Amino acid sequence: MRKRSLIERVRLVGEAGMNVVAAQGRATLFLFHALFGPSGLDGRFSLLIKQLYSIGVLSLAIVVVSGVFIGMVLALQGYSILSSYGSEQAVGQMVALTLLRELGPVVTALLFAGRAGSALAAEIGNMKSTEQLSSLEMIGVDPLKYIVAPRLWAGFISLPLLTVIFNVVGIWGGAMVAVDWLGVYEGSFWANMQNSVTFSTDVLNGVIKSMVFAVVVTWIAVFQGYDCEPTSEGISRATTRTVVYASLAVLGLDFILTALMFGDF
Amino acid sequence: MSAANANAVELKGVTFKRGERSIFNNVDIVIPRGKVTAIMGPSGCGKTTLLRLIAAQLKPTRGEVWVSGTNLPTLSRRELFDMRKQMGVLFQSGALFTDLDVFENVAFPLRVHTKLPEEMIRDIVLMKLQAVGLRGAVELMPEELSGGMKRRVALARAIALDPQILMYDEPFAGQDPIAMGVLVQLIRLLTDALGITSIVVSHDLAETASIADYIYVVGDAQVLGQGTPAELHESTNPRIRQFMKGAADGPVPFHFPAPAYAEDLLRGSDA
Repeated sequence: MRKRSLIERVRLVGEAGMNVVAAQGRATLFLFHALFGPSGLDGRFSLLIKQLYSIGVLSLAIVVVSGVFIGMVLALQGYSILSSYGSEQAVGQMVALTLLRELGPVVTALLFAGRAGSALAAEIGNMKSTEQLSSLEMIGVDPLKYIVAPRLWAGFISLPLLTVIFNVVGIWGGAMVAVDWLGVYEGSFWANMQNSVTFSTDVLNGVIKSMVFAVVVTWIAVFQGYDCEPTSEGISRATTRTVVYASLAVLGLDFILTALMFGDF
Repeated sequence: MSAANANAVELKGVTFKRGERSIFNNVDIVIPRGKVTAIMGPSGCGKTTLLRLIAAQLKPTRGEVWVSGTNLPTLSRRELFDMRKQMGVLFQSGALFTDLDVFENVAFPLRVHTKLPEEMIRDIVLMKLQAVGLRGAVELMPEELSGGMKRRVALARAIALDPQILMYDEPFAGQDPIAMGVLVQLIRLLTDALGITSIVVSHDLAETASIADYIYVVGDAQVLGQGTPAELHESTNPRIRQFMKGAADGPVPFHFPAPAYAEDLLRGSDA
């Protein structure tokens, strides 16, 4: 093993810091070029449709199943706590607000990072290591336009829609447990929900959150794939980084967004 | 005909650095039009980097890269993509698009850059595949092809737009003798029949020397020597002699630089 002097270690810390800043600069330029650079493809709509399918539609199963179970668990937990105060009819309100404001956007974004984000990073990384990206460049096609842009837009569109679907099936799962199983009166379950949920504060804020998460998660995934070292270790690192960075970014941003939206200051 | 047009590619005083390390130091290379020019040298000497400099996938730290009378480093990203339509590159791995079949791979450049009707695209694709002997593989997916076949399909794709310059990155590496023979024949044939300028980057001496009109030997960030294959075989330069004869030891040492062997062994595990 090579031994490192103290000054060498200090230098390495500095170098790591510089690398982080440089990567952030590259990531910003990358996003800007992909979304706003001149297009040479006359808007290939079919590429977007294909990506919407592989990023959005193929993530549906995990989102729907998770949504149902999370809604069911929320109703169970909510019922056991609320019934001790004799207010179990408020379980509908609790399930809906928890899902719309917090769990819907956050859990869907985390699932999306694990399912679609990791796949995006690995796919683009693999294209890089097999020289498919270089090959596109040599054919005179900008990979930022042909490969990256459709995936970015597909992510931006898919995640908010998946979040809405997650919320709907979550509420349905909650109703199934609370109303059909635990015997909460159906009328008060839905009426309480309807009275307490407002479109502008709850539904819209949740959707805005999911839009922010969509940009961040897709950007991280696509950039990690594009910027990875073109080796098998490089691809595996890019995939891991995508899930870790995207998850942390979602949780951190969720706090900031919640503070801004519901913080009352 | 001006000097710029007589030569397909000219590198003038090109220096390329990765960090502090010089990959090329003030290199001049001239590649004549319509010939097979080989760039040879030991592994890791920067041959592929040189190809990427000519294709403008990398920018030189200093110097000029002229291709068909245009200095590439001065072009914008958009102009560069236009310029690349005149060039084709055959990558070492073939770099076929794995989600497209053989037909669509070869049709890809035509679909992106031309507005030809579907029947004409089909005819051109079949002609290009016929030229590389793989018309019968038109419906296969890349994963169903052998390594040599992948390279031939990639070659058909590279010539789809009839480029003026075709670059081959290690075309013979890892090929069986038959595939190698086919590729050697194809490179020569395409150059002569289509008047393409071919640039072959390789360290496979016998195959490359058998088709090259002119060879540059690079190493130590410089051009070590140049000439026709016959001239290089006669060279008295020890570096070139070692490379052309494939000697294990010589000016390029067998051992990676290390402290004295005995000293290293006696130092024990405290190092």
